[in-house]
Amino acid sequence: MTPLLQVRDVAKFYGPRVGCEAVSFDLWPGEVMGVVGESGSGKSTLLACLSGQMAPDQGVVIYDTRDRGPMDTRAMSEPERRMLMRTDWALVHQNPRDGLRMGVSAGGNVGERLMAVGARHYGDIRARAVDWLGRVEIAAERVDDRPTAFSGGMQQRLQIARNLVSGPRLVFMDEPTGGLDVSVQARLLDLLRGLVREMGLSAVIVTHDLAVVRLLADRLMVMKDGRVIEAGLTDQVLDDPQHGYTQLLVSSVLQV
Amino acid sequence: MSEYNFAYLDEETKRMIRRAILKALAIPGYQVPFASREMPMPYGWGTGGVQVTAACLIPEDRLKVIDQGADDTTNAVSIRQFFEKTAGVAVTEETARASLIQTRHRIPEMPLTEDQILVYQVPIPEPLRFLEPRETETRKMHALEEYGLMHVKLYEDISRHGTISTAYAYPVRVEGRYVMDPSPIPKFDNPKLSDCPAIQLFGAGREQRIYALPPYSRVVSLDFEDHPFEASKADADCALCGAGDSYLDEVIVDDAGGRIFVCSDTDHCRARRAAGHLGAEGAPYEEADA
Amino acid sequence: MYVAVKGGERAIDNAHAWLAEERRGDRDVPELSVAQIREQMTLAVNRVMAEGSLYDPDLSALAIKQARGDLIEAVFLIRAYRTTLPRFGATQPVDTGTMRCERRISATFKDAPGGQVLGPTFDYTHRLLDFALAAEGEGPAPASEAPARAGDVPHVAGFLGREGLIQPEPPVDGVPPDLTRQSMELPASRALRLQALARGDEGFLLGLAYSTQRGYARNHAFVGELRIGAVAVEMEIPELGFTIELGEVVLTECETVNQFTGSKTEPPQFTRGYGLVFGQTERKAIAMALVDRALRWKDLGEEDRGAPAQDEEFVLMHCDNIQATGFLEHIKLPHYVDFQSELELIRKLRREAGEGREAAE
Repeated sequence: MTPLLQVRDVAKFYGPRVGCEAVSFDLWPGEVMGVVGESGSGKSTLLACLSGQMAPDQGVVIYDTRDRGPMDTRAMSEPERRMLMRTDWALVHQNPRDGLRMGVSAGGNVGERLMAVGARHYGDIRARAVDWLGRVEIAAERVDDRPTAFSGGMQQRLQIARNLVSGPRLVFMDEPTGGLDVSVQARLLDLLRGLVREMGLSAVIVTHDLAVVRLLADRLMVMKDGRVIEAGLTDQVLDDPQHGYTQLLVSSVLQV
Repeated sequence: MSEYNFAYLDEETKRMIRRAILKALAIPGYQVPFASREMPMPYGWGTGGVQVTAACLIPEDRLKVIDQGADDTTNAVSIRQFFEKTAGVAVTEETARASLIQTRHRIPEMPLTEDQILVYQVPIPEPLRFLEPRETETRKMHALEEYGLMHVKLYEDISRHGTISTAYAYPVRVEGRYVMDPSPIPKFDNPKLSDCPAIQLFGAGREQRIYALPPYSRVVSLDFEDHPFEASKADADCALCGAGDSYLDEVIVDDAGGRIFVCSDTDHCRARRAAGHLGAEGAPYEEADA
Repeated sequence: MYVAVKGGERAIDNAHAWLAEERRGDRDVPELSVAQIREQMTLAVNRVMAEGSLYDPDLSALAIKQARGDLIEAVFLIRAYRTTLPRFGATQPVDTGTMRCERRISATFKDAPGGQVLGPTFDYTHRLLDFALAAEGEGPAPASEAPARAGDVPHVAGFLGREGLIQPEPPVDGVPPDLTRQSMELPASRALRLQALARGDEGFLLGLAYSTQRGYARNHAFVGELRIGAVAVEMEIPELGFTIELGEVVLTECETVNQFTGSKTEPPQFTRGYGLVFGQTERKAIAMALVDRALRWKDLGEEDRGAPAQDEEFVLMHCDNIQATGFLEHIKLPHYVDFQSELELIRKLRREAGEGREAAE
């Protein structure tokens, strides 16, 4: 089997400051990788480099495309990369406003990716939008409402539906539960776990919240000062942290 | 106006515009940037169309100018006079006799021929402009054929109104590639864009863009399979000539809001009346009408 | 029986005749001469030259007369005329260091070589209507005239540059692009940007510059130097192989000294904004310098604060008043074909909505 994503020695610098450095890992089909660390640890920079939002200064990111096999995403042309972004890949932003069109109805938001790849039957597009709203627990009668009329949790669920409707193989998530109330977080996590299992999604999830990775991630990388300081199976890392910083991270959570 | 060159613009400028036109014809529907000049009429009055016409005109041409389908609207009169003065070309109001037609907002009812050029005046050439105001971004969207957003707009129309609520400047796709703004013609005229024997040129002066449809281009109005594009007009016949298939203007005729409908294409209406057709309110045709 | 309206041609002729009559006004009042406008409405003449991009005070005065004092209309006349002129080539860069300054002030130094020269300015006039001007007859006696400072009046920014305190502006070789001969491409080079601002609408730039002062991309600006005066225009004639002087133009130049930037690797430095405009047009030159500085955020590694004055496309695509006024005013042209199609659509939608309601009831 080929890894879905091969990351080799990725680095990004902001002038003299290190964004992230010497990051390598493989992501296998159906696997969820969690990346944890406090703010400024380089985890968001890493995600931006992996998802093509930012060009890394060093290293390669190789994605196993459907029709042409493993390809270096940086060597792809912009049309190829953009095509990937709206078909095989999905990107869930921390702030739903960054990932939604706030002036477009919920149905239009979900339907956009379908229309971008050529769907031209209004009834079918709408039916799929309604189906997806249901899967993220948004009532069908809200299909014509704009996201501005939704709560934060609903907006985040809508963003997830908008991303998953095209059946992507790889999802990048940046603090998907950030900014939500604790009770809302729990419901969203539950929903995400169900979708990941059901669709066999591969995902890279960046978060500072260990509860998120505990529930969703198969494997875990802990980042500090731009570098990965510990990596392994999620339960292993969280239950038996080796690095002093990870121990601190885990214990601070336990105190909460 | 003998102090000006034939058709006002100097030859170098005309060559520059012709190069843009040739490029536009080679890439149907693609907006070619050109160094639009300041003309002696304001931006918005058809400076793009005037520059394209000036670059195409030859002394043997016979020019027709219409605005809203009519030859005698003030701006059509003004542009026609401009070329009579600066180029000394013959002019006509008869569609069939014109070799070059400059238009604002309409396509003549009479089918055009291979011997004709139709020049459109364009205010905003970018069909994506009101979805994305940035030129830098829309050019990228065209380059990458990212037209999903355009359909999102149509989707929103249907979900809100039950139908696509764009009545004019209805976007089209040219030869399966570029999405194009056909200028603010009513969507009734859209079908005439496709498979047209004449050369169609579009000039946007203020926005510095020229685009084109070579003869017999395939032009498709955007729609959904289950909400197909529909060319529509007022559900009436022309009160003057009785035509039931031409685009109509609504005219308010009394203080009580009484109204009649008349052909927007004045030459079409005149020709029908000359051929003996008569509408409910029309007077029999006399030579003086010509 | 209905007869369609005709007569566009006659309406236009009549409108033009009436316009000419209105322009002349009361015939008992003597007609204004172009020379009077040129000599007594000089700041209006200057503005028309600047925004019309044509240095010709006589034509500018004529345009003002013809436009009945509507300066944007006058700018338009000049632009349309300018289009018909051949372009022979590019002159040498003018050397404002050798400007014969009528006015030269610095807000950053109490004194500097070349001195502070107040010149003909409104700055310290009390804005009281002078009813003496309403009385006919000769005005005040000629002012005792200090000779204009000839020769080198060094730039204030140069003193800061010698110490490395201000970001350098190395000269650029080659002929700069010409905004009037090529379409605007974005992102634009600084040369194109400055050209667009130099002919941009004074009111638009004033508003934008003011917005930066009030905090929309604030970048505190000192007027390092403002100078007004005549400079020689020289051109190299290839056939001759040397440069000759074509004449003189009066320019207003403003250089602002703005808050310093710096990083771990670069020591702090002042930065600058630049304004250069035809004629005595100092409000415009200062505004241009502030907007130029705001637009340079990317080159200087500053943050995009989303302010209008930082948005190159927004500023450059909307600063030209001839483009703006044309598109704005064109909405008064007939649009009845489009309006008709909207009318039908709205009637149809309302009909369908009504039927839907009835069906529901």
